[in-house]
Amino acid sequence: MHPALSVIVFTTTSGAGYGLLAWLGLAHASGLLAVDGPLGWIALALSFVLITAGLLTSTFHLGHPERAWRALSQWRSSWLSREGVLAVVTYAPMVALAAAWWTRDSGGWSVAAGYLAALLAIATVASTAMIYASLPTIPQWATGWTLPVYLTLAAMTGALWLAVLVHFFAAPSVLVYDIAMATVIAAGLAKLAYWRAIDRRPATSDRASATGLGDLGTVRVLEQPTTSQTFVMREMGFQVARKHSDRLRKVTLVVGFLLPLIALAAALAADHALLGGGLIVLAAIAGSLGTFTERWLFFAEAKHVSMLYH
Amino acid sequence: MTDLPRQAPDRQLGLVIDLDICVGCHACAVNCKEWNAGGHSAPMTDWNAYGGAANDDGLDDGAWGVWFNRIHAYEAGEGADSRTVYFPRSCLHCEDAKCVTVCPTGASYKRASDGIVLVDADLCIGCKLCSWACPYGAREYDASDGVMKKCTLCVDRIYNENLPAAERVPACVSTCPAGARHYGDLGDPTSEVSLLVAARGGYDLMPEMGYRPTNKYLPPRPRQAAAVDALPAPAEAGSAPGGLLAWVDAVLSR
Repeated sequence: MHPALSVIVFTTTSGAGYGLLAWLGLAHASGLLAVDGPLGWIALALSFVLITAGLLTSTFHLGHPERAWRALSQWRSSWLSREGVLAVVTYAPMVALAAAWWTRDSGGWSVAAGYLAALLAIATVASTAMIYASLPTIPQWATGWTLPVYLTLAAMTGALWLAVLVHFFAAPSVLVYDIAMATVIAAGLAKLAYWRAIDRRPATSDRASATGLGDLGTVRVLEQPTTSQTFVMREMGFQVARKHSDRLRKVTLVVGFLLPLIALAAALAADHALLGGGLIVLAAIAGSLGTFTERWLFFAEAKHVSMLYH
Repeated sequence: MTDLPRQAPDRQLGLVIDLDICVGCHACAVNCKEWNAGGHSAPMTDWNAYGGAANDDGLDDGAWGVWFNRIHAYEAGEGADSRTVYFPRSCLHCEDAKCVTVCPTGASYKRASDGIVLVDADLCIGCKLCSWACPYGAREYDASDGVMKKCTLCVDRIYNENLPAAERVPACVSTCPAGARHYGDLGDPTSEVSLLVAARGGYDLMPEMGYRPTNKYLPPRPRQAAAVDALPAPAEAGSAPGGLLAWVDAVLSR
């Protein structure tokens, strides 16, 4: 599949934003981390910016961005529509969290708002993943591992950026480091399992079933339908990154998972505030770059069955 | 509304394509373009129509454009037993059309009255997800209009009372010089097309995808032994020509 830059930026940026929001909502609701000070405001603002920038970017690949609101209508059947509805609804508990901190009211409704923010953030990322996982036409996406990969990567990038904010704007918290390391490990394992699954998965369709001519013997392409290219060949036939997929997988593993893990462990061990801060920022940037590479590969490695005709 | 019709449509209008007869002349695709460039989903935009200029995306500087019907050519089998098969490919108006259910806006829909899958160009936001959901590569995006386009089964011909009754068939069917394309109600087991499918062993493309396409393909008929025996023997590798012929051969081989 041709990797549309706007979609990659959207899913990684808003993924980090929703991950951050989910951890923030859980922290507020559980009371395990004090977030009603500067930390909460800055984290809420960052998640708002990441989510909103991502959503706006996602409209760039549309033929008619001014009609994007229409995408909220078909939530009964379409995961893309569900994603849009959930993305809009998620702003409500964000406002409620801000109101709770503003009025210094930590009543039951604000706890509910925290849990609701986390729940809706997870549901939004899940529906993004299901857009891809529900397409039988792309065997590399229609796996049980697509959903866990999207969820853990959002949790990972969100936790890494929360750890950065905690380091600079709140009292040190070992819990945040532990959560960040756990999500890096979980996301790395989910991605490895995903690659293992798509490498071992037998092809669901071949040129024989696509043409129905398998009874005659091996089916070969004699002539393409055009001397140029079709929309389908351009959209589904991207191969630039696929031939580099081994190298890009290693880049993803090292930059996206290994480097953040080492930097987090070193930051925990470092007895120096500035050094620790540098390491945790490094972990967050590496994790985000790794996620961007992972998302690029997610598209580049996906082979659409319609290309069997070509 | 992108929910599929609750009950199977009363009629399942569609095409039956005879791969035994198709000669790969592209006339169906050309007449499709001709009719539909002014029809329900008009225009069918072409880019770089005369070639030569670099396309915006830098992918290919050839001419390209929106077509609802693409004609492939395949070779199947080995050696003397191999067959060349021409293969027209267009929307199959599937019963379980996921291109419809994935649409976030309701622009894509399947008609309950006759099963035709259409796009409402006034609602389409051009997200292209429907093209991702189609295993058959039937939908093509019009970058000029910013909306997705697809075969309409010539919905503006088949019900068009301004046309003589005999012309109320899809443009591809009306123009096929070989008679390889048939149009009718595949939901009615007694219709001519359904009987043809039953008699010739018509089949679905990629049935494993579970989309239950309406259009059916008729396989090439088995080769008749008498016809195979009558084939001339392959030419022997003759002796190299000499004299004038050798000179002509050398000149032409340059």
